[in-house]
Amino acid sequence: MAEVVTLNNPSAKVSSATKPVAGPRGKKPRPLLSPRNIMIYGALLFAAAYYLLPLYVMVVTSLKGMPEIRLGNIFSPPLEITFEPWVKAWATACTGLNCDGLSRGFWNSVRITIPSTVISIAIASINGYALANWRFKGADLFFTILIVGAFIPYQVMIYPIVIVLREMGLYGSLTGLIIVHTIFGMPILTLLFRNYFTALPEELFKAARVDGAGFWTIYFKIMLPMSLPIFVVAMILQVTGIWNDFLFGVVFTRPEYYPMTVQLNNIVNSVQGVKEYNVNMAATILTGAVPLIVYFVSGRLFVRGIAAGAVKG
Amino acid sequence: MTINSVSVRDLSLSFGAVTVLETLNLDVKDGEFLVLLGSSGCGKSTLLNCIAGLLDVSDGQIFIKDKNVTWEEPKDRGIGMVFQSYALYPQMTVEGNLSFGLKVAKLSQAEIDKRVARAAEILQIQPLLKRKPSELSGGQRQRVAIGRALVRDVDVFLFDEPLSNLDAKLRSELRVEIKRLHQSLKNTMIYVTHDQIEALTLADRIAVMKSGVIQQLADPMTIYNFPENLFVAGFIGSPSMNFFRGEIKDRGGRKVVEINGVDFSMDAYPTRGPLEAGRKVVLGVRPEHVRVDEPGEEIHAAVVDIEEPMGADNLLWLKLAGQTISVRIAGARRYAPGKAVKLSFDMSMASVFDAATENRI
Repeated sequence: MAEVVTLNNPSAKVSSATKPVAGPRGKKPRPLLSPRNIMIYGALLFAAAYYLLPLYVMVVTSLKGMPEIRLGNIFSPPLEITFEPWVKAWATACTGLNCDGLSRGFWNSVRITIPSTVISIAIASINGYALANWRFKGADLFFTILIVGAFIPYQVMIYPIVIVLREMGLYGSLTGLIIVHTIFGMPILTLLFRNYFTALPEELFKAARVDGAGFWTIYFKIMLPMSLPIFVVAMILQVTGIWNDFLFGVVFTRPEYYPMTVQLNNIVNSVQGVKEYNVNMAATILTGAVPLIVYFVSGRLFVRGIAAGAVKG
Repeated sequence: MTINSVSVRDLSLSFGAVTVLETLNLDVKDGEFLVLLGSSGCGKSTLLNCIAGLLDVSDGQIFIKDKNVTWEEPKDRGIGMVFQSYALYPQMTVEGNLSFGLKVAKLSQAEIDKRVARAAEILQIQPLLKRKPSELSGGQRQRVAIGRALVRDVDVFLFDEPLSNLDAKLRSELRVEIKRLHQSLKNTMIYVTHDQIEALTLADRIAVMKSGVIQQLADPMTIYNFPENLFVAGFIGSPSMNFFRGEIKDRGGRKVVEINGVDFSMDAYPTRGPLEAGRKVVLGVRPEHVRVDEPGEEIHAAVVDIEEPMGADNLLWLKLAGQTISVRIAGARRYAPGKAVKLSFDMSMASVFDAATENRI
């Protein structure tokens, strides 16, 4: 009891014979500018600057007029900020015969990306669910074939697919490209979903079967609500992958259906006239904006999805 | 009224080259509480999953209420199941969990409400109905899981190690509740566990399993006191039964087991057949069937090695006939290590097994 009373009295506490009087106590102090901190933060800052510098140059250049660019100071901030290159890149830059800028390519890419993402995720999630939970005959063989498919180089398959699409009458159309994207997303997405569903407690699936739920009821009522994180991951993979695709877009579509990446290439690599660096920079940022936004928005949703899904059992 | 609620006939199950169950037969009486007991990998959960219809059998038949359900879907078998990991649907409330199966079965809302209310009342979970499983404690979750089987209004309850994920205190509480539930509902219950205390306390009959074969099927006291073979004898009881390897000898008309030169009289042993001299046997005596420093017919000298006081009981480890044996005595009687004591065995409660076949003789 006496000990408790003296706790409020510092002098009494120090004089207490039961406690060591001198010596370090509590949290160890760490100087901010220790060699260790300087090394860590120095390396991090250097790496960050290294990766951000090109973006900085792009943004700065896209806001300058051509006379200012010709001065050659690529790192200097714009003296006069102009948004004209952005407007031109979006609406009036010429690619081949058309002079309506990137907007056409943007809408093409939207019309390609959204159906491809939705269809491929829908099919792959059902594939993964069936492979993980319903051990049907030949499941292992099917899965093996699918995984092997993931390792075959794309280039090998391009020409056969051109022929197949031509025979189906889909060559050059958006539908054809959407089918190609859906098929090529299948192996990796199926693997992703299968692994996720396999990791969910098997007893949940058994309980639902005892409760009388069938294939689709279990999929929609039990599995889907628990799978937000993996759907977000699949969405990020597909949106960025399909949006950034160049090869399939240029091979399987006609010029009026070119996706944004192909159009960007056509603007930047046009050989006639003056190189409009500011327009090229603006066009490049515009094209990269969609995957960037997807990362920022769904990255946060992704983390929230994991936290919300942490209800094992 | 049928006599058998669940019947398993010549059931076999193999995964590829691995045989898990082989021509297994089991009859569960109507209203009986049957426990499938065994260590992990013995096939007890597999058998339960076969009865539930969650695993396809390789061969054999399963009858529930005299109806052949071997090829039926789980929902059509008239069973409710409770799982070790509770397996509650995480995105649904307790009420949603309880009513999910009924909604799938397209029952009327009034009927669903009635059944959920009844189950909630029986299990005392009315205040939890609007909560999510993540907001419940382990014991509450398992109650909800039992409720999910309860609302199905079925003949047979299947429990797959329902208490294994709970801590010791909750486990004993819920054990009592399951027993009370069985007494009031009088349903058939098949209960899988590796915990012998659960098996002994809950069961009407216990089926002790090993490597996919039922070793003994009997009521708990028979299993405990008259184990059919060496495995059952060693599996049930904690600490384990004391085993001595020896040989039957004839000492002037009286049969004894000779163990390392020490004779143990077999006069009081309820033998099943004649004990031929020269037969190699294993004598098994439970720790509580050894008397310490009490009058007895045959006195053996021993030395206390280690003493383990456990409160109600006191466990002594002693050296006898070149072997360490455990003895259970009242908690108040204390012995210091090194003390010499006099032992006698209650041979009427002992078990003798053939050394070769390991079966009781």
